[in-house]
Amino acid sequence: MKARFNLVRNRKWFFMLSGAITVAGLIVFLVSGFNLGTDFVAGSRVQLQLNQPVNTAKVQQLFQEAGIPLDEGAITTAGGPGKQAAVVRLTEVLTPAQVNQIKTLEAKMFPKSQSADISTVDPLVAKQTSQKAVWAVLIASLFIVIYVAIRFEYRFAISGIVALLHDAFIVMSAFALLRLEVDLTFVAAILTIVGYSINDTIVIFDRIRENLKGKPPASMEELEEVVNRSLWQTMTRSINTVATVLIAALMLYFFGGTSIRTFTFALIVGLVSGAYSSIFIASPLWVTWRGRQFRKQKPSGEVPQAN
Amino acid sequence: MKWGRFAAFIALVLVVVGLTVGTSQQLWKSIRLGLDLQGGFELLYQVEPNTPGGTVSAQGVQAALQAVTTRVNSLGVASPVIQLENKNQIRVDLAGTFSQAQAEAYIGQTADLKIYGKATYNAKTKTWVPDPKTLLITGNDIKPDAAAGQNPNTGQYEVDVTFKNAKRWQQITQQYLGKPLYTFLNGQMITDPAPSEVIYNGQTAISGGDLTTLQACQTLAQELNSGALPYPLKLVSSTSVGPSLGAASLKATMWAGLGAVALIFLFMLLLYRAAGFIADIALVAYAYLLLLTFAGLHVVLTLPGLAALVLGIGMAVDANIITYERIKDELRNGRSLQSSVIAGNKRALRTIIDANATTFIAGAVMYWFGQGDIRGFAVSLMLSIVVSLITAVLLSRAMLLLYTRSNVVKRPWWFGYRARKAVES
Repeated sequence: MKARFNLVRNRKWFFMLSGAITVAGLIVFLVSGFNLGTDFVAGSRVQLQLNQPVNTAKVQQLFQEAGIPLDEGAITTAGGPGKQAAVVRLTEVLTPAQVNQIKTLEAKMFPKSQSADISTVDPLVAKQTSQKAVWAVLIASLFIVIYVAIRFEYRFAISGIVALLHDAFIVMSAFALLRLEVDLTFVAAILTIVGYSINDTIVIFDRIRENLKGKPPASMEELEEVVNRSLWQTMTRSINTVATVLIAALMLYFFGGTSIRTFTFALIVGLVSGAYSSIFIASPLWVTWRGRQFRKQKPSGEVPQAN
Repeated sequence: MKWGRFAAFIALVLVVVGLTVGTSQQLWKSIRLGLDLQGGFELLYQVEPNTPGGTVSAQGVQAALQAVTTRVNSLGVASPVIQLENKNQIRVDLAGTFSQAQAEAYIGQTADLKIYGKATYNAKTKTWVPDPKTLLITGNDIKPDAAAGQNPNTGQYEVDVTFKNAKRWQQITQQYLGKPLYTFLNGQMITDPAPSEVIYNGQTAISGGDLTTLQACQTLAQELNSGALPYPLKLVSSTSVGPSLGAASLKATMWAGLGAVALIFLFMLLLYRAAGFIADIALVAYAYLLLLTFAGLHVVLTLPGLAALVLGIGMAVDANIITYERIKDELRNGRSLQSSVIAGNKRALRTIIDANATTFIAGAVMYWFGQGDIRGFAVSLMLSIVVSLITAVLLSRAMLLLYTRSNVVKRPWWFGYRARKAVES
């Protein structure tokens, strides 16, 4: 285990990579923002599972007959390779009578279709939901910090949280960039990623803590060496675990129900990012932070021991 | 070789596999599926104060919840879910297939039946306007045994009602004999029959207006029977899922889940061989126990919940991978196979608990702050973590120790360890 790549010493490259991704994500946000679903924006969402390629003009005609005006670009197609589902977004809240009318017209105009999924949300509820979602992420992070600070130390806790916020941000950026609809299940996906990311990171931190127990490092070089060794010791586990979870997520993405496709997509992006950040961001961050005390304590420094 | 221990190990494997194969189908059927899986709709009502700017007391909300529960139960839907949320919102989940408008009429509306002695026709708005001074009797004076029926003479659908105070109804029919009685439902006139005889027993029938179908009459009868809501309910959000879409999604997700499990099994066998086999058996036990827990706790399984279940398998696998990699580390340090297994298990445990505890915390926060789908997902996640700790740690460890101590195999190769240097076993 000697001739292996020194992950920790090259940390500035990974920090730069993540920094670049973060900046790119911020730009995407500023330019386009989220494509919020009806869970967060008041209005109605009608999903027509047509079981035949979507003919936008005909869908438009359906709504015209129901007497519901459509905005430009209100109709989008979904439902995998065949694009057999149409999603119509309305800023108005549909009345039960309109809902029934749409269903009747759908059965008449698209005989092959299944009954539509229709959801409506009042502005008040939408606001409550989005506020709850943000609070859930922040409070989950807070509780995780407290737990890790008690079991490990606060520097581990903060480094781990930075890594998981990094993962959550990358998933959000991907959704903003690809214009994917953000709904309540997206929040569930983000929270799972938060859970997985910290899970992955803790296993590595645990090994660092154990390897530090024998002899505390006397210099930055020793600290780097210990962390690098810990990372390589847990590498097989990190890769194998992410591989198994990815197998499950990929199978669900390609073969699972259409309604969980955005959910599993978020998970896939988050799992890859989570594995990356646990190895390349969380631990190197901790080294940088922890290493500061060497500079403070021994400005001139003793001669580092040869490895 | 200690064949006794090996036999115990085989017996354990057979018990797990046998139980699962024998009862899992029945178990699966007893699990309640969420709306997204079986179709239906979800309605979210807000309890509004009676007057603008007024307040709704906590007791009032409880009374409204009670009233909604009575109404939903009278619908006869299988296992509805009625929950209070955010202190003044009532969530109603109804599975099955029927008209959403009909259900909304049952739950959120009160049939406001009023009979007047005088009303005038407004030609401009084409509506009848009652004279409030001549209000004779209301729906509150009706016994809760209204029923839909059919007039034997005309074949017209009607709602048969009985007035609580038969004497009062007798007086009214006497006074208005041959004169029209203006019957208003929710502010709209539905009929203006003229009594042709005095009714002594309080029984009468209402027909006309929109009451042209049996269904409409049944709805009105239900509404009259369920009484008035203590506060108006405002429908703030509704979601409806087509039944066949849900079924198709479920089927696809189930197959995807099974495929994922099969691939993970293969992956573990290839990586860790005999130990991988033990992990696979522990995974079978994990899935089985989790379904058992779902059925026992009446957890409603939603699509995200199902995803949490399948992904939970990944977490259970992780616990095994951590342990096996630890064992390999110990072997690398030159320990014997048996002591490596014991030490590896011991050292892996703390890591597993710390890692799972943090994810569990995330799940608990999700449950606390989430609603609807997120809650279902959080419950699945938390349960899967607890069950995976039991199976992937306790069961897996017991099996691994039994297997190792039976001395059936001595080569570390069976544990996925490829010796780079000589290791004595």
